[in-house]
Amino acid sequence: MDILAALNAKRVLVSDGAWGTFLQSKGLQPGECPELWNETHREAVLDIARSYIKAGADVIETNSFGGNAVKLAHYGFSDRASELSEKAAEISRQAAGMEHGVLGSIGPSGKILLMGDVTEEELYEAFRVQAQALERGGADAVICETFAAIDEATIAVKAAKENTRLPVICTFTFNKISQNEYRTMMGVSPAEAAAAALEAGADMIGTNCGNGMAQMVDIVRQMRAAAPQVPIVVHANAGAPILIDDQTVFPETPSMMADLVPALIEAGADIIGGCCGTTPEHIRAIAAAVRRYTA
Amino acid sequence: MNEWVEKLALCVERGKVNRDAPWPPDMKGQDGADELAAAALQSGCSPDEVLQGCILGMDRIGKKFSENKAFVPELLMSAKAMTAAMNHLKPYFQSGEVKRKGTFVIGTVAGDLHDIGKNLVAMVAEGGGFEVIDLGTDVSAEKFLKAVDEHPGCVVGISALLTTTMVNMEKVIRTIKEKHPETPIIIGGAPVTQAFADKIGADGYSPDPQGAVEFLNKKVA
Repeated sequence: MDILAALNAKRVLVSDGAWGTFLQSKGLQPGECPELWNETHREAVLDIARSYIKAGADVIETNSFGGNAVKLAHYGFSDRASELSEKAAEISRQAAGMEHGVLGSIGPSGKILLMGDVTEEELYEAFRVQAQALERGGADAVICETFAAIDEATIAVKAAKENTRLPVICTFTFNKISQNEYRTMMGVSPAEAAAAALEAGADMIGTNCGNGMAQMVDIVRQMRAAAPQVPIVVHANAGAPILIDDQTVFPETPSMMADLVPALIEAGADIIGGCCGTTPEHIRAIAAAVRRYTA
Repeated sequence: MNEWVEKLALCVERGKVNRDAPWPPDMKGQDGADELAAAALQSGCSPDEVLQGCILGMDRIGKKFSENKAFVPELLMSAKAMTAAMNHLKPYFQSGEVKRKGTFVIGTVAGDLHDIGKNLVAMVAEGGGFEVIDLGTDVSAEKFLKAVDEHPGCVVGISALLTTTMVNMEKVIRTIKEKHPETPIIIGGAPVTQAFADKIGADGYSPDPQGAVEFLNKKVA
């Protein structure tokens, strides 16, 4: 699927919801490698992908967020980065068919360049391997997501852009630091993130994770002001997680999130989906709200 | 205040590591924490005064970080500058001429591999004058207990980034308190709250590294 052409045709696309919290509900244990499930629990991963297509997503992601060699080193799977990401893309491709799009997920390394724990060359190589594997597995785009540092995001975007033919999306995660002011953990504002992602060569920019839908509206507005032309992608958490009786609860219901879809589109969002804590029910409600708005 | 202490504190606060360091741009070409610590000791400053400079600088950047006026990169550069100065104090720590305020045992809880937050707290605690024993990530209750056994009188810090792993903190606290009921334990991490800390029997909670150092200072006072 040509994502940019689909955007032109449909104006706003619906993306999928959470993978990590969904995998946990299917039995992924703390400390277990989520990407290994592409091999050991293929049906469970395929079921997640299918459930989002069924819920009305136009595009879905892949179970490869932590699938770069640097992060896989925790589990001793660095040398399997390529095959695990390729499998991730194959599974989502199978669920999506040719009518729906697949966004191949690349998350950060978990290391900070400034600390000297990892070199720029190591990061580039890890992201290159992953991006190429996602392309081989059938992804229609690469989405570098949950980034906080401009240097690392730039390397990820370039590694994907320079080594695949796919369009590249780059999304950052922000915290609210004061009224209407947002920064990543590394101190980057939405406007700075937008400019840096475009400078690195990203075809689409955006924001993901975070503390709920309402804040995403502010963040998208600020990114849109900094980048008037480029498509903006949003994957929002169902609010900030709270703990009730030892169970993690994400407080935003499907209808709460769906109610903010018009505001999010008006702020400038072009592709809307969920992140941690969102379920197929959330995506069904978001999809209905998007269809209503664009009808 | 001793002029050296203030100069050193400024280098640590601004993250000026040494003369060659390009950061921060407005201090380019000036001496950094590395040169200043050496020069201070040579010109008769006591090692304690050099340590005071580090503590003062880290305290200032730690406060800015809590107030969202500085972010992770600034804190990291300050920690680098602090480490460069502290390297000159190593012989004095070893000889016992300079004493740290106490020992802080820190680790990320079992099942959790995230270490950025834990590392920041460890750096700020070291800059606050504490000896830090970093147990790493995915640390079991048994491993925490062993470290407490080996460092009598220490304070313990437990970190978790995930809502799914923060629940494992309770077991660590129970295990330590069973054998060492007097050991103060502070917890932190993105999903952790004061209410959660109270519920699982932690003695303290902080949303930022500076709060952890304030807790440490109170416990050793």
